Amino acid sequence: MRFNLWLPSLMQISLLAGGLCASPAALSQEAAPADPSAIRIAYLTQEVEHPPALSNLDEPPADEGLAGATLALADNNSTGRFLKQRFELEAVTVPIDGDPAQALRELAAAGHRLVVLDLPGETPGALARLPEAANLLLFNAGSTDDSLRNALCAPNLLHTAPDRAMLADGLAQYLAVKRWTKWLLIVGTRPEDRLYAAAVKRAAKRFGAEVVEEKTWSEDHDARRTAQAEMPVFTQGKRHDVVIVADEIGDFGDYVMYRTWEPRPVAGTQGLVPTNWHRTHEAWGSAQLQSRFKAAAQRTMLPRDYAAWAAVRAVGEAATRTGSTAAATLTAYIRGPDFALAAFKGVPLSFRSWDGQLRQPVLVAADRSLVSVSPQDGFLHPKTELDTLGHDQPETGCRR
Amino acid sequence: MTTARSLLLAALLAGCAVPALAETIYVSNEKDNSLSIIDGATLTVTETVKVGRRPRGITLSADGKHLYICASDDDTVQVMDLATKKILHNLPSGEDPELFALHPDGKQLFIANEESNVVTVVDVPNRKVAYQVDVGVEPEGMAVSPDGKWAVNTSETTNMVHWIDTEKRAVVDHTLVDARPRYAQFSKDGSRLWVSAEIGGTLSVIDTASRKVAQTIRFKIKGVPQDRIQPVGVKLTDDGRYAFVALGPANHVAVVDAQTFAVKDYLLVGRRVWQLDLSPDQKRLYATNGVSGDVSVIDVDSLKVVKSIKTGRYPWGVAVKG
Repeated sequence: MRFNLWLPSLMQISLLAGGLCASPAALSQEAAPADPSAIRIAYLTQEVEHPPALSNLDEPPADEGLAGATLALADNNSTGRFLKQRFELEAVTVPIDGDPAQALRELAAAGHRLVVLDLPGETPGALARLPEAANLLLFNAGSTDDSLRNALCAPNLLHTAPDRAMLADGLAQYLAVKRWTKWLLIVGTRPEDRLYAAAVKRAAKRFGAEVVEEKTWSEDHDARRTAQAEMPVFTQGKRHDVVIVADEIGDFGDYVMYRTWEPRPVAGTQGLVPTNWHRTHEAWGSAQLQSRFKAAAQRTMLPRDYAAWAAVRAVGEAATRTGSTAAATLTAYIRGPDFALAAFKGVPLSFRSWDGQLRQPVLVAADRSLVSVSPQDGFLHPKTELDTLGHDQPETGCRR
Repeated sequence: MTTARSLLLAALLAGCAVPALAETIYVSNEKDNSLSIIDGATLTVTETVKVGRRPRGITLSADGKHLYICASDDDTVQVMDLATKKILHNLPSGEDPELFALHPDGKQLFIANEESNVVTVVDVPNRKVAYQVDVGVEPEGMAVSPDGKWAVNTSETTNMVHWIDTEKRAVVDHTLVDARPRYAQFSKDGSRLWVSAEIGGTLSVIDTASRKVAQTIRFKIKGVPQDRIQPVGVKLTDDGRYAFVALGPANHVAVVDAQTFAVKDYLLVGRRVWQLDLSPDQKRLYATNGVSGDVSVIDVDSLKVVKSIKTGRYPWGVAVKG
């Protein structure tokens, strides 16, 4: 019964090669054969209710994630036409009260083997454990939960989204370089804020910083009306070099800046942010990706767009390198030692063998300037400096 | 330390009494919208000329009288008269031109349009677009074979070399190379095509007849992390002796034996070394260093860096006129 109610509201969008990439006359002789076996990629997301936030200047776009997957599909098809490979994307959006597990079962039943999950929290871990998902390759492009890379990891689950530990480590390395090692940590009341704070505390320990004091910003302040009065008093405390905020939905973090008791920079979820993607990033050819995205989506590229882009491009890269359209071949290549994705971050990206996480540089950005890119010089690693960010092999909690 | 080294080298250079050369070196400054003009005899910047926005690739006309300049943010190729240093006119280039190559006939200019996934071929005398060819995502490197039969383009996200048959005016083949191919150059006899892959960290040597990769050259520099080794510009000496490869943020130019494909040496230059050009007599190699904002001068016989010359911000392209 519930299933029947859910089905009609399921939005299904099929984006086919022909509709997406222009194919002017010069290319007609290069056109794909009449009936090529298309490489099918599914994209699964769920509508979410955005909780009310004090800072509500920016409306979150409805297509964050999907727009990235769509651009990557166009990139794959531009390459694919030279190799007679065609890619299709089927995007499924489950409504707020819908069941993503059922949607994934449907996709598996329809023959999908490669699925990008743009879902929050621990949902990707639960979906990966469905019996129907056993033969799928799932890309987590939406959840930064560290648990998915540890206790809830799964052999069929890769992560193109960074985890909180990776982000916090990227920030911590930069703060260590600046020698801003005494941190005042302000945490929101939501569960994900506490997870972010946990990653910050872990990073402090790893890179020689100290959380001198931790405070919780409870929801009974009216920061917008009385921020001038509340924040200075609230940020009084032990001597610190920098204020770190853990406020994932952007409820109060923007009101900390310029209102602290001491003149201190603000970093974390607001202020100086560690992120997998940012509009200020233009090095290593990313200016091209930014403008291609903007032309296609009519807005700037956001972190989930980049994670979904990387997942769909990973499939494209595997198809290019193996010359195959078979999901099993592509899956094996993506997980194998030869996989390397050029993804506008100056170094080739690949998936960690122990937890399926995409190793990637972390951008450290202010609103209108890219401040730095981690790993920072001097944080050494025997294999790749990218593994100084997040959960390295010796410390992984993934037993898959 | 760099200053100390260049001072020392300048002193050495003065002592060695290197013969004065008549060549002139043109350098495009990507973030200054200008062109630095360096006198080859004194190795100093003699003039800085304002050009279009975000100038990147530059190349000389067949007769050496004009300089073609990709003004990427103006979506045009400017034609500069080198005698007067005035912009004569613009060529239609398609969107965001980055690099280009001139056909041996001196009339067809092949331009990579990075943001629109096409190569635009311009009829230079008539200042018209002759035709456009679809290629892969983010076309960048361009080269034309010495016999003029092939124009090749590398696409950075598709990771291929696209072979344009200049008579058929169409792409007829593709060669897959390593990640983010940036630059292509044919050997003097046209039998081989050398292609750098920035993220792959390799140099592919492709056999022109079969259009297959014959050799893949890898680099390793002591004390430099492997993922910093990002090959970009490539220049071959006409005698077939050397291939020089700019290794980007590895801050070195690799010297490859063009016969054995063995890496012979790594020369320390400025930060983020980008593009290269040889003097007409092949005795000097000039390298643009984007981040340190200078040009390194390399003596080809001794394989030594003899001087660094401060230019504008983010020097990108370089062209040497005899």
